[in-house]
Amino acid sequence: MLGLGVTEPMRECQYSEISVVASSPMDAEHTKRVPRRRKWETFPGRNKFYCNGRIMMAKQTGVFYLTMVLIVVTSGLFFAFDCPFLATNLTPAIPAIGGVLFVFVMGMLFRASFSDPGVLPRATPDEAAHLERQIGEDVANGPGQGGYRPPPRTREVIINGQTVKLKYCFTCKIFRPPRASHCSLCDNCVERFDHHCPWVGNCVGRRNYRFFYLFILSLSLLTVFIFAFVVTHVILRSSQTGFLSALKDSPASVLEVVVCFFSVWSIVGLSGFHTYLIGSNQTTNEDIKGSWSSKRGKENYNPYSYGSIVANCCAALCGPLPPSLIDRRGFVRPDAARPSPRSNGTSAYVSSQPRTRMCDQDQCIQSTKFVLQAAATPLLHNELITVSGGHSLSGKPSLGGPCASLPAAQHTPPGPVPNATWEAEALVRRDQEKSLFRWRASDEVSSPPSLGHGNPLYDPASQDSLHQDSVRGLVKLSSV
Amino acid sequence: MATEFHNLQELRHSASLATKVFIQRDYTEGTVCKFQTKFPAELDSRIERSLFEDTVKTLNNYYAEAEKIGGQSYLEGCLACATAYVIFLCMETRYEKVLKKISKYIQEQNEKIYAPRGLLITDPIERGMRVIEISVFEDRGSSGSSSGSSSTSSSSGR
Repeated sequence: MLGLGVTEPMRECQYSEISVVASSPMDAEHTKRVPRRRKWETFPGRNKFYCNGRIMMAKQTGVFYLTMVLIVVTSGLFFAFDCPFLATNLTPAIPAIGGVLFVFVMGMLFRASFSDPGVLPRATPDEAAHLERQIGEDVANGPGQGGYRPPPRTREVIINGQTVKLKYCFTCKIFRPPRASHCSLCDNCVERFDHHCPWVGNCVGRRNYRFFYLFILSLSLLTVFIFAFVVTHVILRSSQTGFLSALKDSPASVLEVVVCFFSVWSIVGLSGFHTYLIGSNQTTNEDIKGSWSSKRGKENYNPYSYGSIVANCCAALCGPLPPSLIDRRGFVRPDAARPSPRSNGTSAYVSSQPRTRMCDQDQCIQSTKFVLQAAATPLLHNELITVSGGHSLSGKPSLGGPCASLPAAQHTPPGPVPNATWEAEALVRRDQEKSLFRWRASDEVSSPPSLGHGNPLYDPASQDSLHQDSVRGLVKLSSV
Repeated sequence: MATEFHNLQELRHSASLATKVFIQRDYTEGTVCKFQTKFPAELDSRIERSLFEDTVKTLNNYYAEAEKIGGQSYLEGCLACATAYVIFLCMETRYEKVLKKISKYIQEQNEKIYAPRGLLITDPIERGMRVIEISVFEDRGSSGSSSGSSSTSSSSGR
C-alpha cells in the first residue's frame, strides 16, 4: 500500500486538512470559517446564473436579446403609431387585446428563458463509483440468457411493451432516464429534452416546455394580430388620404409589416409543429430521430402517448409542474463541497488538486479496489501481468504494481479488445491517474514514461467528445 | 504517521460510514418517478425485507400521487396559465406539497425504523430523484476503519 514505506505523500495530508476531512457535522466551527456559497456558484454545467441563482440561462444569450428587442420594438411601434388611430376609428378593444397578448408573450418568454428546463444533477462520487462497479460486474458476468449482451454502457428497459435503451452519460456519470438527453451547449443532461433554443436562450425540457409552447403560440397570435391591424390601419388611412400619404403619416407601419410578414411563417409553422408534437406526445429530439415512427417497423409505437390527442395535450400543458432538481439557491454543504470537475475545464481540475481534501492513501485504496474488481475480467488481468513483469518499479509493494503499470500499459491500447473491457479498464485507469499524479509528485517514483499525450483513454466508444477532451487534458496534466 | 492519522479520524467518529446502497429507478412504467422494490443484498442482515419494501412502496405511492394527471392537476394548470403563472409566486404547487410530505415520511422512517438498525435513508430529491441512497453505518472500533475513511473522504468529493 501507499502508506507502507512512502511517507512523502502523507505529508500532503496536513492535520488541518484531516480535521476538515473528518467532515462530521459536529465540526461546526470549521463550517463557520468557510464562507457559505450557494450551489449555483459551483454548478458544473455551462449555464449562466443571475439574481443570485434565481435566473438560469444558457451561455450564449445574444439571440435571446435579439428576440426581446424584436418583440418589444415591434409591439412598441404598434402601440405608439397604430393604436391611437385604431382606437379612435374602430374600437379601443384593439389596443387592450394587443396589450394583454404582449404581456402574455413576454411573461411566457421570460418563464421559458429563465427557468430550469429540468436539468438532472450529476451523480455524486459514491453513486458514480457504484455504477462503475455495476458496469464492471455486467461486463464480467458475460452474456445474458438469450446470448445477447447489450453494450456495457446501455441498459434496456421495457416501457409499455417497447424496448427503450438507456444510455450512460460520461459527463454526468448517470444512466439517462428515458427521454432525457445531454445538451452539449449547456453541458447538462435534461429531462424530456426537446431541443436547445437559441431564441429563448435556454434548453427546452420537461419543466419549461409548456412555457415555450405557450410563448410561440401567443407570439404567433400577436404577430398575426399586429400584422392584420397594421394593414387595416394603412388601408383605412389610404381610403381617407391616399396610399402614399398614409405611409408618410405612419412610417412605422411599414417596418412592422415587414417584421411581421417574415416572422409569421416561421413562428406559425413552429407552433403548428409543436402542436403536432404535443398531440402525439413526442419531443423534437424523438421526432427528428424517428424513434417512434412506424417506418422503423410495424411494431414501433410511442410508449409514452396517453392514447388520445386531448389526453396528450392536457398532460403536456396542464400536468403537474415538477420542481427543480438542482436547488440553485441552496447552500453548499462544506463536507460535500467538492464539485465534479468541469468537463472542459482542465484548469479547474488542476486548481482543485491542492485543495481537495481527500487523502492520497485513501484515494489509492479506492482506486486499487476498482483495479481489483476490474481485474476479474481475464483480458485486463493478462495485461497487468505482462506489463508489470517488465516494469522497472518491481521493487514497490505489490498493490503499487497496478498503479505503476498504468503508464506503460497506456502505450499499447489494445486494438482487438472489445470496447467493453477497454472502457471499464479506462475508467479504472482514470481513477488511478489521480493517485499516480500525486504519487509522482513525491519523487519517490522514478518518472514513468510520459503518458502518451495523444492517446485518449477512451477509444471510439466514448460518446461524449467533451469528456474525451477532458480526459486528454488529464493525461497531459499527469505527464507534466 | 499513517497510523496516527487514522486513529485521529476514528476518534472523531462515533459511527463510521461503511457503505452506501443505491436503489435505482424503475422505468418500466415510463418516466414517472418510481423506485425498484428489489431488496438489495447488502441490507440482508440489517433490516427485514418487508419493512424495506413497505418504505419503497409508500414512497412510490407518494410520487405517483404527486405526478397524477387528473382533475386537481388540470385545475391547477389552467388556473396558473390564466394568471400567466404568477400565481405560483404565492401558492405552492401540488408536487411541492407532496414532496414535503415525503420528507416528513422519510424522516419519520429514519427515526423509527432505520436509525435503530444503523441505516439512514437520504431523500431522493437530494440526489436528483435518481436513487434512494441508504447509508449503512457500522459501529466504531470495527476493522472497517480504512474503508470507512475512504468512503467518507470519497463522499467529500473528488
